[in-house]
Amino acid sequence: MSDPVSPLSGARYDGFATVREIGPLGMITLRAKTGTPGLEASVMAATGCEMPAVRHVVVNGANAAGWMSPDETLLVLPYADVAGALSKIADAMKGQHHLAVDVSDARAVFRVEGAKADQVIRKLSPVDVDLLQPGELRRSRAAQVAAAFWADEGGFTVVCFRSVAAYMFGLLSTSARPGAEL
Amino acid sequence: MSTRLKSGGRLIDRSASLEFTFNGKRLKGYAGDTLAAALLANDQMLVGRSFKYHRPRGIVASGAEEPNALVNLGSGARLEPNQRATTTEVFDGLQATSQNHWPSLEHDVGVLNNYAARFLPAGFYYKTFIHPRAAWKHVFEPIIRQSAGLGRAPKDRDADRYEQAYGFADLLVAGGGIAGLQAALVAARAGARVWIVEQTAVWGGRAPVDGDVIDGMPAATWVDAAVTELASLPNVTLRVRTMAAGVYDHGYVLLDEKVADHTPGDGRPKHRLWRMRVGRIINATGAIERPLSFAGNDIPGVMLASAVRDYVVNWAVSPGDRTVVVTNNDDGYRTAITLKEAGMDVPCVIDARVRADGALPARARGLGIRVETGRGIAKVKGGKRVEGIEMCLQAGEGAASSFIACDAVAMSGGWSPVVHLWSHCGGKLTWDDAHAFFRPDATRPPITHDGSAMVYAAGAANGALHEALADATHRAKIALQSLGMTAETATAPAHDLPEESPMEAVWIMPQGAPIALKAKMWLDYQNDVKVSDVQLAAREGYESVEHTKRYTTLGMATDQGKLSNINGLAVLAGSLNTEIPLVGTTTFRPPYTPVTLGALAGEARGEIFQPLRKTPMHDWHEKNGAYFEPVGYWRRPYCFPRAGETHEQAVHREVLNTRSNVGLLDASTLGKIIVKGPDAGRFLDMLYTGVMSTLPIGKCRYGLMCNEQGFLSDDGVVARIDEDTWLCHTTSGGADRIHGWMEDWLQCEWWDWQVFTANVTEQYAQVAVVGPKARKVLEKLGGMDVSKEAVPFMGWADGTLGGFPVRVYRISFSGELSYEIAVPASHGAAFWAACVAAGAEFGAMPYGTEGLHVMRAEKGFIMIGDETDGTVIPQDLGLDWAISKKKADFLGKRGQERSFLASADRWKLVGFETLDGSVIADGAYIIDAGVNANNQRKVQGRVTSTYHSPTLGRGIAMGLLRHGPVRMGEVVEFTKLDGSTVKAKVVNAVFYDKDGEKQNV
Amino acid sequence: MLILECPYCGVKAEETELSPGGEAHLKRFGPGSSDADFEAYMFARKNPKGVHFERWRHAYGCGKWFLAARCTATLEVFGTYPAQTSEPPAEIIANIMAKRPAWKGFK
Repeated sequence: MSDPVSPLSGARYDGFATVREIGPLGMITLRAKTGTPGLEASVMAATGCEMPAVRHVVVNGANAAGWMSPDETLLVLPYADVAGALSKIADAMKGQHHLAVDVSDARAVFRVEGAKADQVIRKLSPVDVDLLQPGELRRSRAAQVAAAFWADEGGFTVVCFRSVAAYMFGLLSTSARPGAEL
Repeated sequence: MSTRLKSGGRLIDRSASLEFTFNGKRLKGYAGDTLAAALLANDQMLVGRSFKYHRPRGIVASGAEEPNALVNLGSGARLEPNQRATTTEVFDGLQATSQNHWPSLEHDVGVLNNYAARFLPAGFYYKTFIHPRAAWKHVFEPIIRQSAGLGRAPKDRDADRYEQAYGFADLLVAGGGIAGLQAALVAARAGARVWIVEQTAVWGGRAPVDGDVIDGMPAATWVDAAVTELASLPNVTLRVRTMAAGVYDHGYVLLDEKVADHTPGDGRPKHRLWRMRVGRIINATGAIERPLSFAGNDIPGVMLASAVRDYVVNWAVSPGDRTVVVTNNDDGYRTAITLKEAGMDVPCVIDARVRADGALPARARGLGIRVETGRGIAKVKGGKRVEGIEMCLQAGEGAASSFIACDAVAMSGGWSPVVHLWSHCGGKLTWDDAHAFFRPDATRPPITHDGSAMVYAAGAANGALHEALADATHRAKIALQSLGMTAETATAPAHDLPEESPMEAVWIMPQGAPIALKAKMWLDYQNDVKVSDVQLAAREGYESVEHTKRYTTLGMATDQGKLSNINGLAVLAGSLNTEIPLVGTTTFRPPYTPVTLGALAGEARGEIFQPLRKTPMHDWHEKNGAYFEPVGYWRRPYCFPRAGETHEQAVHREVLNTRSNVGLLDASTLGKIIVKGPDAGRFLDMLYTGVMSTLPIGKCRYGLMCNEQGFLSDDGVVARIDEDTWLCHTTSGGADRIHGWMEDWLQCEWWDWQVFTANVTEQYAQVAVVGPKARKVLEKLGGMDVSKEAVPFMGWADGTLGGFPVRVYRISFSGELSYEIAVPASHGAAFWAACVAAGAEFGAMPYGTEGLHVMRAEKGFIMIGDETDGTVIPQDLGLDWAISKKKADFLGKRGQERSFLASADRWKLVGFETLDGSVIADGAYIIDAGVNANNQRKVQGRVTSTYHSPTLGRGIAMGLLRHGPVRMGEVVEFTKLDGSTVKAKVVNAVFYDKDGEKQNV
Repeated sequence: MLILECPYCGVKAEETELSPGGEAHLKRFGPGSSDADFEAYMFARKNPKGVHFERWRHAYGCGKWFLAARCTATLEVFGTYPAQTSEPPAEIIANIMAKRPAWKGFK
């Protein structure tokens, strides 16, 4: 079998901020209501992360767990670890109503980096970036498509659907063009 | 003549000389000049021709309110029409040309309209050219189109780029004059997140020009200190060249930032549209001076008094050597004083008031300026330039008492607060008799999400012409209070201004002017609307101000009547013998000044005009010559034409090859939704018309979804994965919609049911391997048993193929042996390539969506969006077999029981074969005998899918026909585009392999 | 352009992050219902000038449907609340009564 390829094979643009497509990353959508027995243990077993608070993401090295909705958690982990993580979740949540699915291939992930990386976000999403709390995961839109992002060291991680990866890369790089600093 | 003064000019840098052109003429200006200032400095008073009469027009104003000085800026890919010279900053190499004239600005043929003015009265569009009918289209309209309009739309693609950005603030201050700066200071010191924007390149507004003294220092010094302090605060954002274009619901404000208008081609975005969300808005947009209505008030050289002052003080430009000032208030005297002190001649100040004994008139008299009270201008003499004025009694009928030679007239009719931002979202106005203007009524503000005031007007914009700083301080305090912040200790700086006597409203000069004079009194310069036009409209019964506006076009030009509105409605009120407040104002609508379309489009152009969804195999398709078609936001290959092939030929080849060998289809766009939970079976039974809860694990079943009205909404194959998990396939365009539909019912109706869904459409690339040799291709890939026994028709299995982890579904949309194979999208391109390679020896070819359509039509399979259009129920399509009779309820069941849908007379699906073998036209109707009430041919059905079948070598079609299935063998007639009809026989909709043997092998 | 606070995730979302879903608190009538009831469920909408209850989905956010009470004339928002209820919560009603004393109440 071939190696998995991310939608843009690691495209990169250097403007006043740097835009890099990263991945493929492992991602699991875990749907279960907050408080379901075994949910916190599942998140810990799959990612080593504590259960994220409302609208927050917990980052643990290459792993992360993000609050997506009252009954959905996004788990981020190495691509190769997904199958193992799914079986750990199945064990931890045995007998509990839940849904855990591999969505690693359904997403495109970008890093927007540099001192002015926030300006790229400010041009695309109707989000008050100044008021984002540390570790806040914001689901919104970037121009015309759904996107989720959070700030971490040196910039932002931006996640969107795979099919619109080229559109998102176009948005991010256009917004990061030199001379267009806010 | 207008000229540059030897000294002065607070905004120009005389050491930085610039060169620009106007109508090809090379002219010089200085850094800091506006185009209008630089034109005047070069004695270019004539700048354009008026819209309707092509009268010579000059610069009237010094800011955004300018109605006349609209020019073409730049050329080619950087051509911008209708740019105001008064707000355009001059840069080296600027190219400007005047508009609305032919062959030249100086000699314009269109001026004939001026002499034909009596044929072009108010509303002439509606009454002059009605008869004869044919003449409108061939004579009148072409002539009017030729003579109307200002600038020409650019032909080239815009070379510049634009962008948008989102901004947030507690308080947005619109206007960077002293009131705005003071409000911003109060709010910033209180810790609020503040934005302050100024439409020009310079902070301070009028106060530095008018010589105000603030806290004992010249206004300019105070402004510098204020800006320095604001810039030093981390909670403040300052933006010049940024116009607050509009205020919308819940604190939404659009700002147009002219980033690089003055530095074209430097690589920066030309404009940036800020989409702001703010808690409160301080409307500190100042006031605009009003013209006076006297005959010839549009002749080049007649200008607003405040503008004359601006040109002298800011840019050291004198509009004339001899300037007559005409006023109805004390403020106008400032211009006379300024001109005199700059060494220019002011022959006379004509004051319409009987008395002028305030501090400013006294100063003017002290400088030796002649002041005539109780007088007005009867008429301005001159053509392309003012030559003099005839003075008369203001109370009279315009009999000239004396002639005064001059080359400029500075007029001041009083001031009007700029209330646009206050009014955009419903803020109400109140009439202020003392100043004769509308000002914001603080008791009726526009409100925001919590019912509190959203906009606070401050300073001159609030009608506080003389107490701007105190008013701004006060308004900022209450705005902050409403945000839960406090600025109790803030005080207004001392603001020393000379006392002013009351102004007196003058709407027509002289008061008893006869029609001959009124027909030369311009209200709206840009649209050529005169006092006589408004009076005519009133006489003809247009009593509502909104009607008069549209009938006369008063205020409908690109300046939206910034100068003309109040004068116009005062004239209307006078004609109707009523009070101005009873006439009211027309609605203020955004944008305040025009915003270029590029800024509104922002980044959405070219490659990122809209999101294009691409499958993992998209690159392969592109490299292999695919011709794409849009399916929702997806781009799917329509066909893969080879060298020399038409699209039609390619489709035929792809179909025949698939039917005889094997075809490969990229089916990745197919919607895939996982539904899981103890109640998932029950839920799907509600969602689908059929029963999904009984589907055995490992099997697939075709299902239909209807909306609550009963109309067919989506279809697809459902696979049972395990005890409590189903995978629902939807149409390509339907995945998000159906996922949303599922979540709607789960969240809002059956919220106690234990079901989770996940849209995994993009997780998988899906390849359909279709045709009699499909199994051979899979066997060649190897890795799992794909025999009929291991993976039977309508079954599925997990395994590997060619080393890829796959899930294989035995489902067929073509009628052939078919496997739909799902692989993780990250392996999609590689798996597709593996299929192409493995298929080579079996003659595998990719096929596109058109081939798919042809093959499904040959099989009589319906397509959502072709056979359905939101008015079709499954029963219409003969799909009763897919509707459960046993279920007590499913979405759409009740709707389908309605008498009209249950009627036996509905149009139902059948197949059609033309007698001559031709292809029925898309959208063709089946005609019936007789005509309806509108004398249109009656119809009894229509085609829904129609193709040339390469398999059968003839045209085939499906369609809806009244009582269709019981009319087999009958011949009906379809309409054709040429008006004739084509005969077709009603047949079974399954044209190919009627028993379905080929797919089940 | 409205701002509505999503009661699930707390985001004060602007309208472009939301998708509208029409009138709230409709009672579904299925098989066996009278023509009049079905017609009312399917087609009869209040469309008031004033207090109104409507459905919104936080489409570009957490994906949840919520309900909003607002004034259609002034766009004042009286509150938002989760969709899992057949009538407006008491505190929303109280908020509306406080601001619109003449309001006839939720029927």
